[in-house]
Amino acid sequence: MRGLLVLTALFVAVFGKVTFEGDQVLRITAQDAKQIALLKELPEEILGLDYWMSPSRVSLPVDVHVPFHSLQAVRAFLAYHQIPYHVMIENVQDLLDDEQREMVKYRSFPRSTDDFVYTTYHDLNSINSFMDMLVAENSNLVSKIEIGKSYEGRSLDVLKFSTGANRPGIWIDTGIHSREWITPASAIWSAKKIVTDYGRDPVLTDILNNYDIFLEIIANPDGFAYTHSNDRMWRKTRKPNPGSSCVGVDPNRNWEVGFGGSGASSNPCSQTYHGPSIHSEPEVKAIVDFVKSHGKLKAFLSIHSYSQMLLYPYGYTSTPAKDQAELHELARKAVSELQSLHNTAYTYGSVITTIYQADGITIDWTYEQGIKYSYTFELRDTGRYGFLLPADQIIPTAEETWLALMAIMEHTRNNPY
Amino acid sequence: MKTFCSVWLLLSVVELSPAPPASQEPPLACRGAADPAPPQPETAEDMASTGDLEPTHYPARRAAQVALHYLNTHHGSPFRVFGLQQVHKASAEDVEAGGRKYKLDFSVTDWASGSAGPALRCSADVLFPRTERHSAPDVKLRCEALQQINRTAQEEEAFYQKHITPDSAVSARDIPDSYGNMSEEMQPFWRLARVAASFIMLRESSENTEFNMAQVASVTQQESSEEQLMLEFVVLLHDLPSQEIVQWKLLASWSPDRGVRVLQTEWQPRCPHATKPPN
Repeated sequence: MRGLLVLTALFVAVFGKVTFEGDQVLRITAQDAKQIALLKELPEEILGLDYWMSPSRVSLPVDVHVPFHSLQAVRAFLAYHQIPYHVMIENVQDLLDDEQREMVKYRSFPRSTDDFVYTTYHDLNSINSFMDMLVAENSNLVSKIEIGKSYEGRSLDVLKFSTGANRPGIWIDTGIHSREWITPASAIWSAKKIVTDYGRDPVLTDILNNYDIFLEIIANPDGFAYTHSNDRMWRKTRKPNPGSSCVGVDPNRNWEVGFGGSGASSNPCSQTYHGPSIHSEPEVKAIVDFVKSHGKLKAFLSIHSYSQMLLYPYGYTSTPAKDQAELHELARKAVSELQSLHNTAYTYGSVITTIYQADGITIDWTYEQGIKYSYTFELRDTGRYGFLLPADQIIPTAEETWLALMAIMEHTRNNPY
Repeated sequence: MKTFCSVWLLLSVVELSPAPPASQEPPLACRGAADPAPPQPETAEDMASTGDLEPTHYPARRAAQVALHYLNTHHGSPFRVFGLQQVHKASAEDVEAGGRKYKLDFSVTDWASGSAGPALRCSADVLFPRTERHSAPDVKLRCEALQQINRTAQEEEAFYQKHITPDSAVSARDIPDSYGNMSEEMQPFWRLARVAASFIMLRESSENTEFNMAQVASVTQQESSEEQLMLEFVVLLHDLPSQEIVQWKLLASWSPDRGVRVLQTEWQPRCPHATKPPN
């Protein structure tokens, strides 16, 4: 309190600023509720503080634009109370025009999922923020579960959308192949769609009143981080391979069913390297453990890009799946729904006939676990931009894919087993 | 290890080798690097792939893509690149001397005309030879109304005139960038790269590959020669079945009269630990 008085005594409010020269944006990470309370006591108006993210909960960072004349005092205050912070923007004047500033402000530091920019690709930090905000805003509907840790120690997080206990579930994962950026981008949009439509759209509401939806937005966070820092075309995990200079295992060849067959590679340098053993990758094992312990998943949708396909088991054998006829017909329906929106043409069929033989894939295993509605999506496009799909296609892709997802979820809901 | 790898890469740039078939040994410094397009062994599906083919399945689609590469090498330009729209009908038969010939009926669209463009109907015979060492497929192609499609002569001429001047020195990297962005100015260069890459994709194709161009890593304009725009490209190709990214450097020429010609190609190994940061 004394510190605050000293602070207040030091200042003259400056109004009608023309320049932001020397202003900084600080990111403050309060360590406990007491520190949050202290921050809330800072005299905003006098200091000319502009909160980009206000102090609310301990888990969320506080971003504040501090005018040059207040900097010394604010930093002294933070130091005095031992509140950790770091400088996000060294000199706000460097972001000259208003539009740019707005863009940076909202792009880098959205205050809510309504502020979040869905029309751009995001990095891991931004996606993690999104998940936390979504949960904070819809805590009665959404929670975040950690199902494991990646090789490099990153959290493997799943959003759980649930309106009651002991429900059967529907699983969706994206980003298992890290260069397929359109997939987590679509998942983010879909997550927001779910919370928006629950209570408004009768079909989705009915689904959620009977089933939980699990959404793993970044199934391969190590790979994803690597696509941002080093190699945009990275596909695999980032686990080193003993005896080889090549890193990583293809997480979609590491599953038990069909493991080690000719539809995968035994060469660690290959993009389809199956790994040293079944479920050797922690990213894969985490999902395996989750599926087994849940025990009541009824649909499993693994989302990839590119090729514009909707695929069902098997990838490792041309023997048709027992439920092929139903899976084929449901795929036809889902693709037809998808196409109805932007006329995007998809092909559909079993993995092995439609795209290529692939051994040890996710959905062959989930299908053999008894999850009948196991599908792999390959999103836009068909090769023109491939992995580098322009950001202006994120929302159209997410919208059309959502229609296919809804078709499958609705069918699952109407055909319990 | 890293410097050795870089030195090797540097040396490899000087040496101009022909396309390595799938059997080429990876360079010493990148011991263990994946082959450009490792062939997949024949599966039961391959054996069955004669007679009428399902148009949406991969055997027909791969053959159609090969026909597309052929089409682009002959008719592609900075303002025209064709993409596969749909395969309507397909069949395959084994031929004497051990190859397989595909007969295809398919539609294509011109990417340069956006979503407004009409679809062109084409038919093609694509013969994949079965030889000890890989050899390029043979394509016979007929497309309706190829001559009647919207001539882009004006744009081509303007583009040509702009860049044939002695002081034009275009140089760019990562087209598109990691976020799929590509400036208007770079579009014709991207298309030229895509057409030039089609020569390589056509030559390297087999029944076990399905190539697309993933990105133009760089374009560097060279001194014009014989009134041709001379461009050095480094392109990243993506092969769908193996999921490999294959890097090629190539030298291409273009003019409105002579079209695209590829003068030199060189496969470039991507050392696992020497990948550059994206922009």
